[in-house]
Amino acid sequence: MHLPATASQTVGPYFAIGLDALLRDDLAPTGVPGHRVTIAGRVLDGDGTPVTDALLELWQANAEGRYAHPDDRQERAADPRFHGFGRVSTDAAGAFRFATIVPGRVPGPDGALQAPHILVGVFMRGLLKQLVTRIYFPDDDATAQDPVLALVPIERRGTLIARPEPVGGFTWNVILQGEGETVFFDC
Amino acid sequence: MHPVRQYRRAQPGTQPEYLHPAYTSTAKRSPTRPLVRMPQTLSEMTGPIFGHDAVGAGPHDDLTKQHAGEPLGERIVVSGRVLDEDGGPVPHALVEVWQCNAAGRYRHVNDRHDAPIDPNFSGCGRMLTDAEGRYRFVTIKPGAYPWRNHHNAWRPAHIHFSLFGRAFLTRLVTQMYFPGDPLLPADPIFNSTADPRARDRLVSTFDWETTQPEFALGYRFDIVLRGRDATPASA
Repeated sequence: MHLPATASQTVGPYFAIGLDALLRDDLAPTGVPGHRVTIAGRVLDGDGTPVTDALLELWQANAEGRYAHPDDRQERAADPRFHGFGRVSTDAAGAFRFATIVPGRVPGPDGALQAPHILVGVFMRGLLKQLVTRIYFPDDDATAQDPVLALVPIERRGTLIARPEPVGGFTWNVILQGEGETVFFDC
Repeated sequence: MHPVRQYRRAQPGTQPEYLHPAYTSTAKRSPTRPLVRMPQTLSEMTGPIFGHDAVGAGPHDDLTKQHAGEPLGERIVVSGRVLDEDGGPVPHALVEVWQCNAAGRYRHVNDRHDAPIDPNFSGCGRMLTDAEGRYRFVTIKPGAYPWRNHHNAWRPAHIHFSLFGRAFLTRLVTQMYFPGDPLLPADPIFNSTADPRARDRLVSTFDWETTQPEFALGYRFDIVLRGRDATPASA
């Protein structure tokens, strides 16, 4: 028996009334071990105009590199306080911000470890189906060896790597089109 | 690593493309560079699992009981099953729904359509599917509304659905439509999917079985999330 998956449709401009109940901009409550980071950025359209009605969903492993999911059968410590899911929307300036911990390394396609990364799903009016991208961290030897980043043309890899700010925290933007267009994945 | 069955990729025509010129908002919001195809890893093959705490207390599966009074409009019962592509149930999956009121107005600050707000209708709900993948909620039938995409553009009546299955890859946001709606053939969002059979699956069916005497008409809407390939790949 084969049923094709239901077609995706846009979230439209009014998703807040349905999806705001599960907004989560702090993924790591007090007591969760790991290196705490804040990631902030903007979502920009093809004119460079801020997208004020975007929704970002985040999914990541804990600091040990373990996902809070039954299909992760690695012998690594789970943490009941760390769920790994985040959901943030953009404000009137197209900006978003969330706090989390840097995830640990998880296995890649050939068993080699992936560099620490956060999965991002992007939703908005004008997107008929979600876009999938990743946030990596700089100055990490693992990032240079990452098997998924290796699939991305070298000149575009920077769009997936968060930029440290002198005042602390990281900046990472979603550029939908044009100069610096964010890499999106088909997976 | 143990061998894992990867999630299926979409059959041609069964999902919309990002750029769909008839839907004007896609022009500046769809990627212009090709997506980078990648193998699925543990990251994509896991995803958030929600429990009853995510739904919370309250009549979240009855949108007519969230205020002191009853909302105006035609009360309906919407139910169905969440399945994977093999036809198996997706149990205990979070379903979030939102919609406009019977007059075609969303309770959202940006909705400026000149139609009345209903003080007794918020238009949002959420629930978990049961062990057989079934969900059910009570609401009122949403109205059509104008949306300025083109001259005399009207959205057909619809309810937005957001679903989490077992993996990040099974995440789905879609819209449920109503049978016989004359606005469907002219709606660029509904028509963004090339395969007419895929479009038809977005239209609910009127259902005597869930229609309740002296209470409400029943509509059925089954949702299929991505399933796994038959052959395991080494991960």
